[in-house]
Amino acid sequence: MFSRRNRILLRELVVTDFKLRYQGSVLGYLWSLLKPLLLFAIMYVVFVHFLRFGKGLEHFAVSFLFGIILWTFFLEATSQGMQAIVGRGDLIRKINFPKYIIVISATISALINLLLNLIVVFVFALIDGVDFHWSALLFPINLLELYGLALALAFLLSAMFVKFRDISHIWDVLMQGIFYATPIFYPLQMVIQYNLLAAKLLMLSPIAVIIQDSRYNAITHTDTITASQIIHSPWALILPHVIVLLLIVVASLYFKRSQKHFAENI
Amino acid sequence: MSDTEPAIIVKDLYKTFKLPHDRHSGIKQLIVNFWKRKKGYEIQNVLNGVSFEIEKGDFFGIVGRNGSGKSTLLKTLAGIYAPDSGQAVVNGSLIPFIELGVGFNPELTGRENVFMNGALLGFGRAEMAAIYDDIVEFAELERFMDQKLKNYSSGMQVRLAFSIAIRADADILLLDEVLAVGDEAFQRKCYSYFAQLKKAKKTVILVTHSMDSVQRFCTKAMLIKDGNVEYVGDTARIASMYREENMDKDEVAKLLEKGTSANKKVTVDARLLNKPSDSELLFDIAVTSKGDMPDAVMAVSLTKDSGEIVYRWASNEKLSEDILIKGDKKIVVKLNIQNIFPNGVFSLNISLRNKDMTTFYFSADEILKFRVVNRSSYSADAYWKPNERVEISQ
Repeated sequence: MFSRRNRILLRELVVTDFKLRYQGSVLGYLWSLLKPLLLFAIMYVVFVHFLRFGKGLEHFAVSFLFGIILWTFFLEATSQGMQAIVGRGDLIRKINFPKYIIVISATISALINLLLNLIVVFVFALIDGVDFHWSALLFPINLLELYGLALALAFLLSAMFVKFRDISHIWDVLMQGIFYATPIFYPLQMVIQYNLLAAKLLMLSPIAVIIQDSRYNAITHTDTITASQIIHSPWALILPHVIVLLLIVVASLYFKRSQKHFAENI
Repeated sequence: MSDTEPAIIVKDLYKTFKLPHDRHSGIKQLIVNFWKRKKGYEIQNVLNGVSFEIEKGDFFGIVGRNGSGKSTLLKTLAGIYAPDSGQAVVNGSLIPFIELGVGFNPELTGRENVFMNGALLGFGRAEMAAIYDDIVEFAELERFMDQKLKNYSSGMQVRLAFSIAIRADADILLLDEVLAVGDEAFQRKCYSYFAQLKKAKKTVILVTHSMDSVQRFCTKAMLIKDGNVEYVGDTARIASMYREENMDKDEVAKLLEKGTSANKKVTVDARLLNKPSDSELLFDIAVTSKGDMPDAVMAVSLTKDSGEIVYRWASNEKLSEDILIKGDKKIVVKLNIQNIFPNGVFSLNISLRNKDMTTFYFSADEILKFRVVNRSSYSADAYWKPNERVEISQ
């Protein structure tokens, strides 16, 4: 799958993308760190400071930031991945190379951002006195699942976007909806107080499960509620992971089938 | 990979395109079409069972008119399009140059673009670094490599792209002749590169409109028409077939207009009495006039479609008697000239004026257009045909 030629190309695409993204801006690469931090600052002021979300919960601010960072990655990887094929239409029409390389390169750029952002989260966690548990070593597994989910969606969306340009608008709206339906800026406890069934339903979403598991493993056990604490049916617990797996399979097949015709359909 | 194996084997290649009826590609259109049970697209058959082989070391020309399927064939060989059925087997590495500078980004520097372009062609950093200096030197861009590509002139960009292309070493090269755009110096460079490739016995596929290129560089050629292979083989034969195909039968000796002077005093009707490919050209020029035209001189010229005058005749120079036009009169001039013209389009121009050229009674350019064709001899294209004397000692 990763022949020498493909590795060369992937590397070149990622490096180019990296260089181009913040070219001409004064703060350059710093922006990719600042953006989620600023978003965090605004939401923190609104939801935590004024609306008192997560009051009395241990390390809620770090947890909140962590969630924002993971979400930002998910958003970036899927929306940049979606545009990847069409955006490189000029190449695809003129030279033959494995198309998946472009999608992967788009998600890798987002992944690099995530890794740098995680350093920031780590620093904040130290300042906030987070007592890291051994389970933090499990976080890479959560990260892998998150990347798998994002990559699968990127493949699926990028291939669909070639034929149906509406997808990008639909995805924008959908992502807004999913953002509010994911316990990122509000703690899951709030939903449980309000309605336990609603909380259970929220925790069927793969992204919600991944974020909560990541917080549980990496930040705090005390005040992070994971799916397994409120859902008792093993089927419902396994469902989000099955969705991820299913998406990976469907996306690979769909991408493989439609990539032959990218050149003529773009 | 043995040497006797063909470089490319194409077998029963079919390719169709779905052309959407309108440019809206979206879900709404999909639903609307589904609702109306409309397909929403038209099928266009571009390649209809193309089969051919290219041997190693062939300089293979592909010719055909616009829309004949050349580009689709080229893109299918390059693996950009997937065929509907049939197969194209390529033995060895293949680099397509459908366009120069694929993946060039204006925001990157010249240096970065060289490596990016190289990566797309399958060359790693180390490989590109090894030939980097050569590329820059050939492009004559030493001073500009660390500037962004957007600050290059278009000529500089083409030079850079071309320099990368000629360093790209592969078993098989696919070239589109649109590469040879640019100024004359650059075209010369392109053509000398083609000549080098031919000399080095590289396997090259060249898509072109120029029969001149086909005959100069190609060892073999193929003519395609409406997605079918018309002929594969000898380049001279291909060149004449292509010219024939390009000729619109009606266009031969087509009278464009009956020339009438501005004051409607003179009407000129010219005809070519025989075929434009015969050994002589017989023109019949009828002039109908009203009123007197003292000292009338008739001038006839033939011009090539490029505008050069290739033949001239004036009545006062060649005839002892003047043409007398007094009152209403009809004169007929029969002009019979030896047809030494090469293949091409020519037009007949006629004017009627007085001797000292102060008054034009009548003037019409391109009163008649004709095409000389069907001369398939080697010298058919040659413009000048001086008398020659040849001695061969063996």
